[in-house]
Amino acid sequence: MPIEKKKTHLKAGKYFMQGDEACAEGAVAAGCTFFAGYPITPASEIMETIVRRFEEEKRVFVQMEDEIASMGAIVGASWTGAKSMTATSGPGFSLKMENLGYAIMTETPCVVVDVQRVGPSTGQATRTAQGDLMQARWGTHGEHTIIALSPWSVEEAFYETVRAFNLAEEFRTPVIILMEEATGHLRETVAVREAIEIFNRVEEGNGAPFGGEEPLDAVPPMPRFGTGHRLLVTGSTHDPHGYRKTQDRVTQERLLSHLQQKIEYHKERIVQWEEYELDDAETVLISFGFAARAALKAVKDARKKGIKAGLMRLKTVWPMPTERFETLAAQAKTLIVPEMNFGQLRGEVQRFTGGKKVIGVNRADGEVITPESILRAVEGGTSL
Amino acid sequence: MGYKVIIRENWCKGCYICLSVCPKNVFEKAGLLDDRGIIVSKAVRPENCIGCQMCADHCPDLAITVEKEDE
Amino acid sequence: MKQEYLKYIRDNVFPTAFCPGCGHGILLNAFVSALGELDYDQDNLVLVSGIGCGGWIASPHMNTDTLHTTHGRAIPFAIGVKLANPKLKVVVISGDGDLTTIGGNHLIHAARRRIPITVICGNNNIYGMTGGQASATTPVGAKTMTTPLGNDYRPFDLVKLVKGAGGEHVYRYTAFHAMQMKKAFKDVLQKDDFSFFDILTGCPVQYGRRNELREPAKMIQWMKDNSVLYSGEYHDDKIMVGKF
Ligand SMILES: Cc1ncc(C[n+]2csc(CCOP(=O)(O)OP(=O)(O)O)c2C)c(N)n1
Ligand code: SF4
Ligand code: SF4
Repeated sequence: MPIEKKKTHLKAGKYFMQGDEACAEGAVAAGCTFFAGYPITPASEIMETIVRRFEEEKRVFVQMEDEIASMGAIVGASWTGAKSMTATSGPGFSLKMENLGYAIMTETPCVVVDVQRVGPSTGQATRTAQGDLMQARWGTHGEHTIIALSPWSVEEAFYETVRAFNLAEEFRTPVIILMEEATGHLRETVAVREAIEIFNRVEEGNGAPFGGEEPLDAVPPMPRFGTGHRLLVTGSTHDPHGYRKTQDRVTQERLLSHLQQKIEYHKERIVQWEEYELDDAETVLISFGFAARAALKAVKDARKKGIKAGLMRLKTVWPMPTERFETLAAQAKTLIVPEMNFGQLRGEVQRFTGGKKVIGVNRADGEVITPESILRAVEGGTSL
Repeated sequence: MGYKVIIRENWCKGCYICLSVCPKNVFEKAGLLDDRGIIVSKAVRPENCIGCQMCADHCPDLAITVEKEDE
Repeated sequence: MKQEYLKYIRDNVFPTAFCPGCGHGILLNAFVSALGELDYDQDNLVLVSGIGCGGWIASPHMNTDTLHTTHGRAIPFAIGVKLANPKLKVVVISGDGDLTTIGGNHLIHAARRRIPITVICGNNNIYGMTGGQASATTPVGAKTMTTPLGNDYRPFDLVKLVKGAGGEHVYRYTAFHAMQMKKAFKDVLQKDDFSFFDILTGCPVQYGRRNELREPAKMIQWMKDNSVLYSGEYHDDKIMVGKF
């Protein structure tokens, strides 16, 4: 069975730690055995924690010469059977994009953490933002689908990292964890459970090692290097056996369909969100990550004032629960999307509201968005 | 004792490196284009071959095998 | 190529996609022959390459695990494979544009760290696949698509570059030196060290035709005439070959 109940390396109990640390501990718990990194604020503490843990556990850490190399190394490691990971922030995330696309094309499980800081370019290294939502989706070139998760607390940084590894293994795809500096550097309590569920990739099985055969949404088995399979792994368009087919329209079409369907047809296993006070809500807030903390406070404050407000908080940001956007849009009188950028999520939600206008509450000056600014919008004020 | 000079003709691209590296002038260009439009190399004087493997080692298309003739 | 060595190649992809007389094929030939002569365990060998004609030497021709990566990045992928499973023999085979121009940073760092992988640069002094633009190894004065009047800039001497960065077991041969190349491949295949090969393969089509070396046989002869075996003295005006 690919699913295994596993004891975590930490004793069950409560721990007080940073978001970055929790992410690293989650990776160790999930069975990550290979980490390649390059220093960058505000993600370096993930690497720091990994170095310490990996020394104790005899796993492989390597500091590479840049983020391009780190991304390449985790893909190489994954083909030896390792669960692998890298972590970075905006500038490094940009550098990883080409090899991220390679991981998608070659169906290589791995986890990429982006602890978001203010951009563009060097921006403000120690300031928080949510400006990489669209980059996570579309940063690498070409038509593709991707999974991205957005923890909103330190505890979730732990558990969503575990989930990221599980999804990567199950769907043979890179999974992005989009955190914010605000969560990465926040200290909170994490309740670590006795055991967690771990998904291990299917290595042996019938059929070719790459997708493109019927059924197109099936995830093919992934043998590891050194086991006699003589694998042909390539980022060029390839048939299910890995042979390059760089002129063939049908192979390209089938491969793209496979890469899309294996994720989009199984959204129910991937897409998670939480709802707060939505049953009778007339004002519906949709948010993610750190901004959702302020949004929830705003909802509570609005309720105290008698305003029927509720919140949908995305845990999986890609793919998005677009069907739920539609039903909420039908129910709501007012739709508000608070986020720490100029409207990247709002634009997505807007596509599924049947024309109903979505109000944005936005902030991108490096400070966290406040419940007060969101409450003002809920009370009928304009967006900031 | 002689050598067999075997050319996998469907792999040969007619670069003629074998003609130039062979110290014993074993090879010639074939007289006609094959159906791929290539004038392949032919081992026309295999009896001259001394088994030095220069052609086999320099063929970019792995098309040449030089083997000892069975007794 | 001995009949029994053909197990190291995927014969269903032959003839290769290379142009007639492409020196990358001679490199392929030497590598396959080295494996054959060693009766090497092909299931413990991972061949990693980047993008370009040089990136096709191993993928898909070689019948081993192959990882055909992105342009310039073969070495980091190879390092990931090697560090995650040190039992595997990991060999990078790619072009000069790939390994030394866009990917030069990875090369010097792999040499500095002496990561136990073998890096073989199929150095044809040009970007072959994209139509013949200058690379970091294009000689001064050479004509390319992007230097029609002759290249102004000095090229890397890859042997000095890699040695200067700290790399050991550094070799150079040309396509003329097929047999010596094969022997050196055999040496490093039996070791678990960092090693580097600057193999001057020659691209008769994109380099040769612009520089009076269009005939593959003429290119091979030119390599023979201009190279000198290294025995302690290094001549910058010659192609120094051997182990450095
Ligand atoms: C990031 C990126 N930039 C550019 C290219 C286009 N490209 C493909 S092959 C190549 C040059 C390869 O040259 P080299 O490594 O010398 O190999 P050769 O074809 O000469 O064997 C380039 C620039 C690419 N594939 N990716
Ligand atoms: S060297 Fe090989 S490809 Fe070239 S002509 Fe001779 S047999 Fe043909
Ligand atoms: S373009 Fe040059 S390097 Fe590429 S296959 Fe042709 S001869 Fe070889």
